[in-house]
Amino acid sequence: MSLLSVENLSISFGGVKAVDGVSFEVEAGEVFTIVGPNGAGKSTIFNMISRIYDPTGGIIRFDGQDITGLRPDQIAPLGIARTFQNIELFEHSTVMHNLLVGQHARRTTSWLSDLFFLPRTRREEHDMRRRAEEVIEFLDLQAYRNKMIAGLPYGIRKVVEVARALASRPRIILLDEPASGLSVEETQDMAYWIEDMQRDLGITILMVEHDMSLVNQVSDRVLAIADGRMLATGTAAEVQNHPDVISAYLGVEEDA
Amino acid sequence: MRVHFKTGYAQDIGLFEDARSAVKYLSLVILALSAPFWLDEYLLGEITYVLIFVLAGLGLMILAGHTGQPSLGHAAFLACGAYMEVILQTAGVPFLLSFPLAGLFAGCVGAIIAIPALRMSGIYLAIATMAFGIMAEDIIILLAPWTGGIEGVFVSSIVIFGMEIDRYGDADKFYWLCLIVVILVTLGYRNLLRSPTGRAFTAIRDSEVSARAMGVNVARTKTLAFGLSCFVTGLAGALLAHYLTAFNYEAFLILISIQLLLMVTVGGLGSIHGAYLGAIVVGLLPVVIASTRQLMAELFDMGNTTIPGIETAIFAALIVLFIIFEPLGIYGRWMKIKVWFELFPLARKDMFRRQKSYLKTERMK
Repeated sequence: MSLLSVENLSISFGGVKAVDGVSFEVEAGEVFTIVGPNGAGKSTIFNMISRIYDPTGGIIRFDGQDITGLRPDQIAPLGIARTFQNIELFEHSTVMHNLLVGQHARRTTSWLSDLFFLPRTRREEHDMRRRAEEVIEFLDLQAYRNKMIAGLPYGIRKVVEVARALASRPRIILLDEPASGLSVEETQDMAYWIEDMQRDLGITILMVEHDMSLVNQVSDRVLAIADGRMLATGTAAEVQNHPDVISAYLGVEEDA
Repeated sequence: MRVHFKTGYAQDIGLFEDARSAVKYLSLVILALSAPFWLDEYLLGEITYVLIFVLAGLGLMILAGHTGQPSLGHAAFLACGAYMEVILQTAGVPFLLSFPLAGLFAGCVGAIIAIPALRMSGIYLAIATMAFGIMAEDIIILLAPWTGGIEGVFVSSIVIFGMEIDRYGDADKFYWLCLIVVILVTLGYRNLLRSPTGRAFTAIRDSEVSARAMGVNVARTKTLAFGLSCFVTGLAGALLAHYLTAFNYEAFLILISIQLLLMVTVGGLGSIHGAYLGAIVVGLLPVVIASTRQLMAELFDMGNTTIPGIETAIFAALIVLFIIFEPLGIYGRWMKIKVWFELFPLARKDMFRRQKSYLKTERMK
């Protein structure tokens, strides 16, 4: 059984059908990428999976469970973490603080225990810091541990966002354009980290990306969409050479 | 430059940054505890008043400073605590029970107010809470059988285990009582901030959508912030009732709400220090103005002339100046000065350039 399955997902804003009958299945342990031109509805699909938008039709299942009716904050505890296209870090806090907030879904203490800082809370704070250190080590962020986000370069912020998602011990990570705005080297680093997360940590990755070099390098399967409709599914090479995909990106050649 | 070299997680979790800051804060507490021995009664009374406003400021800081939900109606919660305290005391409930109950009542009212307030943010929330604050004035008058209406009420002095604490007769004991409450609340506040609950508050302030994605239940967390904030403000109200001994609805006018918000803004939004510094400035400003006036009268032989509205004018000027030049308040300025000295001569002018506004409004996406 697949880890995440999306069946016939649709949403319309006013009269515009942003996503129209999209279905796909993400198998456990794979890197699944959604590509498509701007405005194709890729981020909208992400926002529906993380329950920020309510789909007008269709079902989203995670590990066999229907999550279409859940609240946004009930998603992270299931083991679904995400990053945002326009970085949404907590800017007035340090990297460490962001990684601690990232683990919020795993908290077990109540606010009363927090108020008196009972041994339970102390123990959990301890564990959360250890977890944060593991992530810092994994993504090579040691130099930035106690730096404010507001003072970090863009490329590092992108990595911190991945780190924050990783801190919650997710089973699947939704990466919304992890390479947008990154330099060639930074994109290459991002590719290595995605591969590491998949191989060493066994995390499933669902990604939206424009950078085809990154897509080619890390994706097991690719789904191409345009105008909210599915065009093709397959390996990166298959999808790139699919006639519908080419026409969606480049337009159709008139027959002479 | 001082570097905090941490060798264990316990140091990161601890209440104090290092031994030095622990010594610093403990000596401050000892200094405060010994104040009645070296201060005259008038100043002690003024400082007790400042402490009560520190408490109210701490309450508002939870909501406005750390959760990013501005409230312009906090005087109403001050009133909830004050009137509940009077009602319970009159009914013969001992202080040790009536005091937390008064806070709890204000906290519950706050949590109920939070339900409609959840749908609003930024300026809309400020307007809605202000409307509530204005309504509260009328509600107090309408509930005359309990609140004394326009005539007001009178509260007897505090009795703890047979020991009487009269605000005028035992000014030192009343001061210590307020101080202990403030210290306990501050400790609880610090505990919240270094645990997941406090982090959830600041997460909501900085990016609501991100907080949701991290698994923060925004509705519940905001309600909790409202409840805790109003609980603490209610406690301040109960102490204020004993401080004033006799009062009516005029003690909780909308101006007091504005004064509270001014306090936390001038002190520094988003820091516990800010609540203290703000209350000290706002609470002692009238004292400074009064003594300046006296000095002027003596120096220039002006007699007892008073300029009407001078306090309000100075308050207004203060808030305008702070918003323009130092949105992070006195504490923010203090931190900058500290860093400048610690890094000397390496500090750069742009180091504290803000990249985004502090209180975000309606940023949903």
